[in-house]
Amino acid sequence: MAAASFTAAKFLAPVAARSGGDRARPSPAPSAFAVRPLRRGPARRLGSVMAVSSDVLKAAPAATAYPAVTREEALELYEDMILGRNFEDMCAQMYYRGKMFGFVHLYNGQEAVSTGFIKQLNQPDCVVSTYRDHVHALSKGVPARAVMAELFGKATGCCRGQGGSMHMFSEPHNLLGGFAFIGEGIPVATGAAFAAKYRHEVLKQSSPDGLDVTLAFFGDGTCNNGQFFECLNMAQLWKLPIIFVVENNLWAIGMSHLRSTSDPEIWKKGPAFGMPGVHVDGMDVLKVREVAKEAIDRARRGEGPTLVECETYRFRGHSLADPDELRRPDEKSHYAARDPITSLKKYIIEQNLASEAELKSIEKKIDDVVEEAVEFADASPLPPRSQLLENVFADPKGFGIGPDGKYRCEDPKFTQGTAQV
Amino acid sequence: MAAASSLHVAAPAATPRVGSAGPKSASAARSVRVARSGAAARHGGRLVACAAVATKADAPASEAASKSEGHEVLLFEALREGLMEEMQADPTVCVFGEDVGHYGGSYKVTKGLADMFGDLRVLDTPIAENSFTGMGVGAGMKGLRPVVEGMNMGFLLLAYNQISNNCGMLHYTSGGQFKIPLVIRGPGGVGRQLGAEHSQRLESYFQSIPGLQMVACSTPYNAKGLMKAAIRSENPVVLFEHVLLYNLKEKIPDEEYTLCLEEAEMVRPGEHVTILTYSRMRYHVMQAAKTLVNKGYDPEVIDIRSLKPFDLHTIGNSIKKTHRVLIVEECMRTGGIGASLRSAIIDNFWDYLDAPIMCLSSQDVPTPYAATLEDATVVQPAQIVAAVEQICQ
Repeated sequence: MAAASFTAAKFLAPVAARSGGDRARPSPAPSAFAVRPLRRGPARRLGSVMAVSSDVLKAAPAATAYPAVTREEALELYEDMILGRNFEDMCAQMYYRGKMFGFVHLYNGQEAVSTGFIKQLNQPDCVVSTYRDHVHALSKGVPARAVMAELFGKATGCCRGQGGSMHMFSEPHNLLGGFAFIGEGIPVATGAAFAAKYRHEVLKQSSPDGLDVTLAFFGDGTCNNGQFFECLNMAQLWKLPIIFVVENNLWAIGMSHLRSTSDPEIWKKGPAFGMPGVHVDGMDVLKVREVAKEAIDRARRGEGPTLVECETYRFRGHSLADPDELRRPDEKSHYAARDPITSLKKYIIEQNLASEAELKSIEKKIDDVVEEAVEFADASPLPPRSQLLENVFADPKGFGIGPDGKYRCEDPKFTQGTAQV
Repeated sequence: MAAASSLHVAAPAATPRVGSAGPKSASAARSVRVARSGAAARHGGRLVACAAVATKADAPASEAASKSEGHEVLLFEALREGLMEEMQADPTVCVFGEDVGHYGGSYKVTKGLADMFGDLRVLDTPIAENSFTGMGVGAGMKGLRPVVEGMNMGFLLLAYNQISNNCGMLHYTSGGQFKIPLVIRGPGGVGRQLGAEHSQRLESYFQSIPGLQMVACSTPYNAKGLMKAAIRSENPVVLFEHVLLYNLKEKIPDEEYTLCLEEAEMVRPGEHVTILTYSRMRYHVMQAAKTLVNKGYDPEVIDIRSLKPFDLHTIGNSIKKTHRVLIVEECMRTGGIGASLRSAIIDNFWDYLDAPIMCLSSQDVPTPYAATLEDATVVQPAQIVAAVEQICQ
């Protein structure tokens, strides 16, 4: 794994950034982050152009050795990433075979982010995703068959076929959505984090290990949207237990991050709001996991939000409808060579955490899971016509058309109270 | 209405987002204006509650109030009472908005609540409508019951994406897994020379959002009852308040009560024509009703209150009696509540109609600043009188 040549996560102390200086030498961060090695060597300058390119990261001297990972942990990460990759590859097949329709955005290449972060969460912790949400759902524990059935538009889908690719939800897994418009999930995530703080401070209900944490995932394009800035402000203002996870894959459909963003170093926007900003190699699941752990622990302790920029790359077009002709082949092959799954596999073998055969058996197991998901989805029933008007209102009194074909609100009884005293 | 003579124009505590002093309060400034009809002239102002007038039966308010002494409140105080009671009864009820906390709300609906319940339950937010409304959605998904105040309802256009995509749709797209028990409320409607942006008629924008319920309050009694019911509802509810009605005074019951969100209110039973209205236009209608009674008409006035869904039960029963319908609203002419209501009536009660349905809406213009033009934008009592005369020919 090429990881040794990348910098360690940098947790920049808010104080340092507040001073407004050129961050030539970040002062050591307080509390938990003080233990993290700050990036050594000359300060990276905006003028050096490729601020978001991995080459810049590579230029920095190697930081610490790898964080310890046990065999079990490594295999769990590997399995989750394989699941994400295989599931998405299967989606592409099913899309071209006419089993699913609409806009389908695949996650290939970014698995280290989903796995590295979400696998550190507990069940009550929340995940808020975007339109590229299948793999976040899988990492959070939503069964592959429920996600696949949703994509097939079947009644057995995790949203009864009413959500689709870009609107995955699962209440038992605290997956608060799939949000298909840029940035709109961030306020919802901020609200979920607010609710966690509220449960703790007003309702006095909290788990012994601290606050429930919310992860808000979004991309580089979203970081030029107002909701991002508004929520960074509010989250830090109220010290909400939320992590803003930027999956910077360098492209907002066809808009290069460098062409759209005045200062492409997104992580620096954290300190601008008084919260730590961290830049991490998003193709390295162990690095991501290390940063995630620290940020999640910090949020859980009530110490507030963190902005994490994960530099990653999508191996496919924006969606399956995107011919992906704009991105240069050399850029694609550069990142393809850094496939996070291959890297983790190499690391596991090198460190003797598991044998090739054991990894193969995991791959086989996941193949079966994905195959089964397709069979399940295929065999599942389509939603019946009667389902159409269900779920429009949580309390449907007075709305919709009743079984007699008449508006419910014509029923003499419909006015008998939505909210009983 | 118990105390209609004490109706005043609300003087906002602050003029949100405009630098100058607040709108001139009350009638003095307007008394020089020439009223358009005799009836209006007699009452000397644009907003006159004519409850003393022409009522055959008391409003439900008085019925309910008769159980006990009751107490007199202004409409904004009634809203505050409702909110406060719900916050006391249910610790998951909280308030988000601009200046709702320490400042007490721009129209004082949340006055003192931050002292009572703390800053976290009455959350002063930065000026970021789309984001704090979205926070309401997220908090609602995770078990809270946030009441989101638009300092002026027009500002909620900035939160339109959250209201539409997330408030309205998430329950559905999640396959019914998540509820959004949110209340969105605030001062709206055409005030007194507040200019176009602060004088929005938003019902038309919100009514077609799937999954969103809408009610409009018009008296202190129904304001409190609807506020409480909206908070308890599992649906996201938009509660429309009108800037000019906050200082309406009425005696309301001392006992706790809530109202049904989907129910219309019979304001004045009658035989000749059904007049359907809501919010501030209720008072223009009642003013016209006085003139109409003097002219020998017996109009039935219904405050539809529930803008979505319509209480077609009450409305239908009235139409089956009068066979004639006039709709009077402050909403936009194009795609407004009246347009939807008219189509619902045609769909359901066509056979009972003896005359074409008439609909008086405000004009499709950005609300002008000049008083004369502003007056011409909204429906005036004389127009209502003329319309009834035409329908009943």
